[in-house]
Amino acid sequence: MREARIYRFLLKRFVYALITLFILSVLVFGASTFLPGDVGRNVLGGFASQQDVDIFNHAAGTDRPLVTQYVDWVTHFVQGDLGTSFQYKVAVSSLLGPSFTNSLKLAAVAFIILVPLSILGGAIAGLRRNSLTDRVITVTGVSFTAIPEFVTAIAFILLFGLWLGWLPVTAAAPEGANILTQVKYLLLPAFALVAVEFGYIARITRSSIVENVDADYTRTAYLKGLKKKDVIGRHVLRNSLLPTIAVVATQVGYLIGGLLVIEKIFNYNGIGLRIFTAAENKDYPVLQSGVMLVGIVYLVATLTADILYSVFNPRIRFGGDE
Amino acid sequence: MSAMTDDAAGFDPAAGLVPTEAKIARREMVRQLMRSKTFIVGTLIVLFWVFWAITGSAFTPHDPLEQTSEILKAPSSSAWFGTDQFGRDIFSRVLAGAQSTLKVAPAATVVAITLGTILGLIMGFVGGFTDEATSRLVDAILALPLIVIAVVVLTALGSSSITLIFVIGLIFTSPIARTVRATVLGERQLDYVQAAQLRGERGPYIMFVEILPNIMGPIIVETTVRLGYAIFAIAGLTFLGFGVQPPSPDWSLQISENYTLLSAGTYWWTVVFACLAITTLVIAVNLVADGLQQVVDE
Repeated sequence: MREARIYRFLLKRFVYALITLFILSVLVFGASTFLPGDVGRNVLGGFASQQDVDIFNHAAGTDRPLVTQYVDWVTHFVQGDLGTSFQYKVAVSSLLGPSFTNSLKLAAVAFIILVPLSILGGAIAGLRRNSLTDRVITVTGVSFTAIPEFVTAIAFILLFGLWLGWLPVTAAAPEGANILTQVKYLLLPAFALVAVEFGYIARITRSSIVENVDADYTRTAYLKGLKKKDVIGRHVLRNSLLPTIAVVATQVGYLIGGLLVIEKIFNYNGIGLRIFTAAENKDYPVLQSGVMLVGIVYLVATLTADILYSVFNPRIRFGGDE
Repeated sequence: MSAMTDDAAGFDPAAGLVPTEAKIARREMVRQLMRSKTFIVGTLIVLFWVFWAITGSAFTPHDPLEQTSEILKAPSSSAWFGTDQFGRDIFSRVLAGAQSTLKVAPAATVVAITLGTILGLIMGFVGGFTDEATSRLVDAILALPLIVIAVVVLTALGSSSITLIFVIGLIFTSPIARTVRATVLGERQLDYVQAAQLRGERGPYIMFVEILPNIMGPIIVETTVRLGYAIFAIAGLTFLGFGVQPPSPDWSLQISENYTLLSAGTYWWTVVFACLAITTLVIAVNLVADGLQQVVDE
């Protein structure tokens, strides 16, 4: 019974994710199509001859009806053919592939620092509710969440990179550097991403802990004569942390948004910088595929979060049944 | 906004003679706000920046756009925050820089709150297929990283403050509509709405005259919270070059123009003061939002 409901819930979320992806694809496609002027003129510039513009439009297929272009684009995308970059005249996938790997590296370093740090911070704040420690953690978290990531990044660059000289201020390690060196180069940008995310995850953990500390079963455990250490360790932490881990997955989206700015600051060749450069140069094939890729990663993460959440939290109400 | 609250008060025939319940409640709210330290501190800082945003370059010691031969001078008694690569006075630029942020972000918030409130009222009150279809669209927009969407749209439409206002305003409509919808669903069950329906009032009347005044609390909180997010998002997009263009003294633009000088190891003053300015503003807005939230929740 419960199983069936979970499956139905997940199926529903999967369908929603597909709908979202469809809307994103229309938006992304539309953004490059409903431009003032035509694509060839925009790409080649005002000085190109009309003949060149026509040739470009015909080669790029932008002189065909919109629906045909859209269907064509989606079919190719699904088959892994992302088209050719206007700017570099090479396959889009050959540009996006390495960038994507680079971003994954940066995101991985950020997550490895972020998850334990913010959950620990939130747990300490929750267990020592209303103490000075709680205040400090909560206020620091909220403040860093509100400050734009490039501001935090610059503060870190100045402090750790230039004044203290502890960390390199560029994100890309020299060619052929070993993995430790690579990680060292990624620390500063990762810290900037962590700063923005820390407050949110810590707050969720904190409120989850507080809820469980106040719960009836916790009181029962105490009344049963369990030691405080055991109550906290065996009941409170376990019950509050599992849902929190699911929440972490939803943060992937914000992380991706942050990548755009952070990779620009550190001049790091990731998917964010790729999307930004494509936007700046109106390189639509790269922009479209880059954004679609980001959207897919994000939706997969959200879906994973939903699955984790429905598995870990027995009290979840599966939408549609209320 | 005040017009709406006046409507709520004007609804009572005894208004003006005897303080109405709504008036007493509002007075109590103001009293609580005045006791909230976070709210007072936040408001004072916001007002400080609002002052400089309104006066622009009228009271700054130098013209924020005036270029001199005194380039990249460290802070001194003549230029408190130093000068930038064009010899412009950074102290004056930081003060005048409040203007673009405090113009664009609140404007985007107003667009978002207006559209989001209308949409949320309709979704929550009308329900049915309208609600279901709109909810899916709202979910779809919320399901994507904001800055990525904004970059795609701004690339297509071109970068300017006006475009930025509408792009951020439209994207922020979704979360607001969702909040308002949830609040309206709660109100719909209450007696006064049912009474109005039995009286045969029309839908728009019930939505805007009956329900809206009663959900102003959550909407005001949502407005301040969104303003914080709007400043955050617009700062990021301006930093990337999608917002106001040079030579504006906008804080994010100042940082964007000068941060490459940092790797030389010096010239820290060209970015630090703009960073501090933007930090004080976002934290102040969050303090105000926090203060309001606490009072409304009680």
